[in-house]
Amino acid sequence: MPKVSMTVNGKAVSANVDARTLLVQFLREDLRLTGTHVGCDTSQCGCCVVHVDGKAIKSCTVLALTLEGANVTTIEGLAQDGKLHPMQEAFRENHALQCGFCTPGMIMTSVDIVNRKGNTLDEQTIRHELEGNLCRCTGYHNIVKAVAAGAEAMAK
Amino acid sequence: MYQFTYHRVDSARKAINLAEKNEDAKFLAGGMTLLPTMKQRLASPSAIIDLNPAADKLAGIEQRGRAIVIGAMTRHYDVANSKIVQDAIPALADLAGMIGDPAVRHRGTIGGSVANNDPAADYPSAVLALNATVFTNKRKIAADDFFKGLFETALEPGELITKIVFPIPSKAAYMKFPNPASRYAMVGVFVARRGKEVRVAVTGAGSNGVFRASKFEAALTAKFHVKSLEGVNASADGLNSDIHADAAYRAHLIGVMCRRAVNKANGK
Ligand SMILES: Cc1cc2nc3c(=O)[nH]c(=O)nc-3n(C[C@H](O)[C@H](O)[C@H](O)COP(=O)(O)OP(=O)(O)OC[C@H]3O[C@@H](n4cnc5c(N)ncnc54)[C@H](O)[C@@H]3O)c2cc1C
Ligand code: FES
Ligand code: FES
Repeated sequence: MPKVSMTVNGKAVSANVDARTLLVQFLREDLRLTGTHVGCDTSQCGCCVVHVDGKAIKSCTVLALTLEGANVTTIEGLAQDGKLHPMQEAFRENHALQCGFCTPGMIMTSVDIVNRKGNTLDEQTIRHELEGNLCRCTGYHNIVKAVAAGAEAMAK
Repeated sequence: MYQFTYHRVDSARKAINLAEKNEDAKFLAGGMTLLPTMKQRLASPSAIIDLNPAADKLAGIEQRGRAIVIGAMTRHYDVANSKIVQDAIPALADLAGMIGDPAVRHRGTIGGSVANNDPAADYPSAVLALNATVFTNKRKIAADDFFKGLFETALEPGELITKIVFPIPSKAAYMKFPNPASRYAMVGVFVARRGKEVRVAVTGAGSNGVFRASKFEAALTAKFHVKSLEGVNASADGLNSDIHADAAYRAHLIGVMCRRAVNKANGK
């Protein structure tokens, strides 16, 4: 089996994988990082979003082998020194989740939005940028509030 | 997903050499279409030739004379945010920014989209309306000769798109009525005017893929103004009917999107 090496949440990892292994499988099954979820098989739900070299991507739609040498951040990599990331804290504060299945993807996408669009986000921008993340529970309202609050908190 | 052999290549030449040796090999670009289809077992290539390690050589945006040249591996996100594209052909940057969602745009490529020729994809309408030229490892292909029907193009097996050259129009705009679930175009209309020529390309609607709307082109060539379109309607013949919209509704949307695009191109 071919070998792949990458950096995940700051740690160098490598493994021999079946060529068919998707990044999300590599994260969940080889590295046991089960915070990244799989919510669909059509690349539409966004539950599996992680950052690769600083950009949000769907980990269910990229081969692990493609990411040789890449730098990957998952939801497990956000909290620092036992303290939630400001975006995680904002989701908690604003009751932006119910079952929580979509939440890791929502948060990884939201941090990416802030990286690209800055710390002041209006509702329209947030809703447009979250088009690739589906939530079956909340009705989005509190998620949108959380992203705006988390974006501001990230400036501090 | 069925099994395949994986090849990583760091140049276009290596990709082409491998493709010549493996008849049913597939190039992997952004993977945003190929991987979902492989996961659903609708595609089962025996070999994957991963172009991503060669992305640096096959991607890039530059202006050459009165044209914009975009490398095949250029991601949708980079086209949408390119200052060069925004200045020269803002309609093309707008279009790239409307594809799917941010995560799809971070990986999907222009070469993959054009090679795939999904009947609901956005880029084919830009290639056709802007009268672009598709460059491959073997030849150059004019837009009018490139798209051959549903998921069909003039590309031969193993032929690699290397870049696409878009002449800069004097006016252009793209209007899309997206399917709210998939974000693909239910109907998308790209209008472009260059010199005296006006081209109108429609995606999402045709049961044979992207096409030019000649009635609209003729009316707009006389005068590039929305008033020229009074009484001009698209026929429902040859349009798609599915659970999202029937042919008559799509025909109606072509007219609406075309008028909006003309207004936008005229700065209204
Ligand atoms: C959730 C979701 C929403 C989407 N929404 C839209 C949308 O709104 N509008 C839209 O237009 N598209 C949409 N797409 C499709 C997306 O734009 C894809 O990126 C694109 O269609 C394929 O590009 P790719 O780089 O991902 O190609 P791949 O999936 O890697 O390849 C597609 C095909 O092209 C071939 N190929 C790739 N590169 C080349 C090349 N250089 N030369 C020759 N052949 C090549 C491959 O072998 C394969 O057969 C969406 C996709 C997803 C998952
Ligand atoms: S699991 Fe649904 S988009 Fe990746
Ligand atoms: S909280 Fe349940 S899917 Fe979003």
